[in-house]
Amino acid sequence: MIEHADIDTELLPILDQVSDPEIPVLTILDMGVVRYAKLVDDEVKIKLTPTYSGCPAMDVISDDVKAAFEKAGYKVSIDLILSPAWTTDWISEEGRDALEKYGIAPPLEADADKDALLGNKRIVKCTNCGSQNTKLVSQFGSTACKALFQCEDCQEPFDYFKCLK
Amino acid sequence: MKENLYKYILGVADNSLILGQRMGELCGHGPSLETDIACTNISLDLFGQVRSYYQYAAKIAGDGRNEDDIAMLRKEHEYVNVLLVEQPNTDFAYIMARQFLFDVYHLLFLQELEKSKDLTLSAIAKKSVKEVSYHQRFSSDWIKRLGDGTEESHQKMQDAIDDLWTYTDELFHQTEADKAMVKEGIGVDVTKLKDNYYQIINSVLEEATLSIPELKYFQKGGKQGIHTEHLGYLLSDLQYMQRTYPNMEW
Repeated sequence: MIEHADIDTELLPILDQVSDPEIPVLTILDMGVVRYAKLVDDEVKIKLTPTYSGCPAMDVISDDVKAAFEKAGYKVSIDLILSPAWTTDWISEEGRDALEKYGIAPPLEADADKDALLGNKRIVKCTNCGSQNTKLVSQFGSTACKALFQCEDCQEPFDYFKCLK
Repeated sequence: MKENLYKYILGVADNSLILGQRMGELCGHGPSLETDIACTNISLDLFGQVRSYYQYAAKIAGDGRNEDDIAMLRKEHEYVNVLLVEQPNTDFAYIMARQFLFDVYHLLFLQELEKSKDLTLSAIAKKSVKEVSYHQRFSSDWIKRLGDGTEESHQKMQDAIDDLWTYTDELFHQTEADKAMVKEGIGVDVTKLKDNYYQIINSVLEEATLSIPELKYFQKGGKQGIHTEHLGYLLSDLQYMQRTYPNMEW
């Protein structure tokens, strides 16, 4: 989240260049995985938190952040932190919009998410036609953070970003 | 204290490593594409958690070994996972039954580990608990779907539950390291999870129209490093690269 007080404003443009390798439309700021970024003496100190424990994108993100800062002439050190644990609430509004445009339905609130993933209610909106007449195909999609849905109106298969709280 | 903490972390992490490997074996072999992906995603979650645990264990041990050494270079009897998680992928009913019987325990365990006085363990638990609740939802769903499905699927699921039931009691055995860590407020007293565990399991089995096995004898030994024959085969696969190309790095 961009309003995060632990991020120096001057570092934002550099962080903004780094995107999630699995979801290239999202910057890591939109994802909310940057928990701290400050220039201390002459070194940029950064703390990243993983979305899911086993997220293979994490190492790539770490490398990309390092490369971006080195290119901008900074010395940089990166720490991976687990606490507090990442939640989908940290995805920014811009991020949610970008997800939807990209074809991934953004996460619902926790209760609604449970209903959707148990197949109790048809509430996940199709990213192609906007219909809520969608069905769950699989609780796990192309990555651990997503589930697979299909629209019963336009037949489009799409990913849904699962709520994590 | 340090030695007990190290042993304690392995006791927690080895379960996830071995089950993660079992689920990973399904990559490209799942019964349908969606299930294949689901199983490998569960595997990935478990491996992710394991990395955090072993990184911490490596730090505690402080003898120059890293997370990979701990994961890959121990001998069979040095793994302290419960026997349940090393049982083979006999068929999809066994895979889901094994997952379910572990998931229910895993979630209860992590919910307690969240309260640990050890901040690293507590942070890993807080992170993992969210992932594992999805695992449990997935496996419970399959127990019900197969149990309350066709005659054949019901029978297969019942067979799997009957066969794997004997490995459930070990989950609640305390090791010496467990006892020491419980005393420090770091570890989880697994004996206290037992009632809740069987209550949840029984209610899902009932909904799935499956009968609850009545057993008097339960298998144990994994926590002491005494394993079923299946672990050796699993490890030979898991450790192949590190044994063939020592010190290789990803």
